[in-house]
Amino acid sequence: MEYRTDDATVYAVNGVSFNVGKGESLGLIGETGAGKTSIALSIMRLLPDRIGVITGGKILLDGTDITAAGESAMCDIRGEKVSMIFQDPMTSLNPVMEVGDQIEEVLLLHRPEMTVEQRRKKTDEILEMIGIPAERKHEYPHQFSGGMKQRIVIAIALACEPMLLLADEPTTALDVTIQAQVLEMMNGLKEKLGTSIVLITHDFGVVAQTCDRVAVIYAGEVVEIGTAYDLFEGEDHHPYTQGLFGSIPNMNVDEERLHPIEGLMPDPTILAKGCSFADRCPYAQEVCFREKPHCREKNGHRVFCRFSKYPEADREEDVEYE
Amino acid sequence: MFKYILKRLVMLIPIILGISFLIFFVMSLSPGDPARIILGEYATQEDVEALREEMGLNDSLIVQYARYIFKAIRGDLGTSYQTGQPVIREILERFPFTFKLAIGAVMIAVVLGIPIGIISAVKQYSWIDNLSMVVSMILTSMPGFWYGLMLMIIFALNLRWFPSTGASSFKHYVLPCITLSCNTFALMIRTTRSTMLEEIRQDYVRTAKAKGARAMRVIAKHSLRNALLPVITVAGMQFGILLGGAVVIESVFSIPGLGTYVVNAVKLKDTPSVTAAIMFIGVIGGVVNLIVDVLYTYIDPRLKSRYVKPKAVSRSEKEAA
Repeated sequence: MEYRTDDATVYAVNGVSFNVGKGESLGLIGETGAGKTSIALSIMRLLPDRIGVITGGKILLDGTDITAAGESAMCDIRGEKVSMIFQDPMTSLNPVMEVGDQIEEVLLLHRPEMTVEQRRKKTDEILEMIGIPAERKHEYPHQFSGGMKQRIVIAIALACEPMLLLADEPTTALDVTIQAQVLEMMNGLKEKLGTSIVLITHDFGVVAQTCDRVAVIYAGEVVEIGTAYDLFEGEDHHPYTQGLFGSIPNMNVDEERLHPIEGLMPDPTILAKGCSFADRCPYAQEVCFREKPHCREKNGHRVFCRFSKYPEADREEDVEYE
Repeated sequence: MFKYILKRLVMLIPIILGISFLIFFVMSLSPGDPARIILGEYATQEDVEALREEMGLNDSLIVQYARYIFKAIRGDLGTSYQTGQPVIREILERFPFTFKLAIGAVMIAVVLGIPIGIISAVKQYSWIDNLSMVVSMILTSMPGFWYGLMLMIIFALNLRWFPSTGASSFKHYVLPCITLSCNTFALMIRTTRSTMLEEIRQDYVRTAKAKGARAMRVIAKHSLRNALLPVITVAGMQFGILLGGAVVIESVFSIPGLGTYVVNAVKLKDTPSVTAAIMFIGVIGGVVNLIVDVLYTYIDPRLKSRYVKPKAVSRSEKEAA
């Protein structure tokens, strides 16, 4: 997936491959600008018009490749089968539309068989489910707090009980107590509705709390993927993942300085020939700059580093499915 | 809301006082003696002096102004030096012409300009967008009277579809309204385009798309209402300006509107007419602004809470609706 502008082409997502099973939650973790949101927008096919382009690969939803779907078909899928929770609840709601109407619109679009009364009733139910009194449906977004707005955004995403929910940093804009509430709500919905979730975050705590599996994204590539247990307790890790854990401050030890990963993410306008992390990797050898690393795997825990202790595995083709 | 409107209307009073004060003093500074103008060139100096005394022109300006205001409060805005008619009647005779012109021009601009602006924004850099940008640039860069004359030559003289001058029938207004709308039309296209371009990139538009709404619905239901605020501001401002009279267009098409009235009155140093007409234009401007501000609150609920207590809004407004 690329962003093409007059000045340069940004290679935002390169050969990412993962799958999400039914009722499973996959966390995408990585630093800002790693391409997490671009992945989600690609799946939604909501990349900026004429700038964001999917150049290759497949996105399989229930067996059908949606990269080939037309705009009209995508409109039927969005909100109905796949829906997305956006990062910033403050700006994600229409400021001049009553919140009830904004939730009801999804039903209006995808449930044409419902009568007006049924839709209103369903909207009330959804509002109650996310913990907002149904009487408040006639109010406007500016009359709600940030946490409530985020819950309304979530309600919009869940109104049609989609198969796949893409949650793009749903808790970043919220304070910690509300974060916990929102995550708990999403977990509850996953269990109740059997929704698959792709949770985009840069917070290991959120991943540990909610995700079954985790993919670590770096410079538009998956560098490590496995269960949450693998990620936290696995035998071997990608050097980037090690770096990420290393940069979490340890409260038990009296340290004066934080330990960031040295350097910056590579320029996304240049497609790296070798391993994209080589520049910042403490173990990098000359070969890392020349050749792409192989996928190494043990019990489904994959690490994309040639120096991993895991045995080599065949690299899967670029697919994403449920 | 009613309280707010009342407050705004009361606020017009100091504005009117300010305007009248300013006009009164500016007119007194300009050369020429009203008594001389009324009596004509050949009147004797004694007659002029006598009339000056009678009109109170020998009193100090403050006294004259105070006298004028007290009369104005009782509804007497004076009589025109030129015609001897009460100025209020003259203004009310002229105003309908100006009003029809202004409303026609703004209607054309709004009805055509907004949709063209929307299409330009949605299809940015397409041939439609480029064409509309060129057209709006041409419309703003040429003076209005030139368009008036061109339209007159083509549609009145050559094709004979519309009369060239006068204001007695609907047909008479077609060419002047089109001419007068040129600027506003271009302004509407540009304003609508730029605010729409901004709105269609907003996060809530992406949310609407993520719901599965089709492009038309996203624009009509979501972006447009958010984009309307600046558009209404510009339309309202233009309407206010046009209501003040369009001197050049009125002259070109010989329409007896407010614009030519004021200019003639200034030329003849007809202070009562000028002061009253400008005050009238001021009131109209204030009222148009007020209407625009009230319209805002219906478009943007966030603004309503600034004027009225939020609780009262959600309940009473809902019941009213």
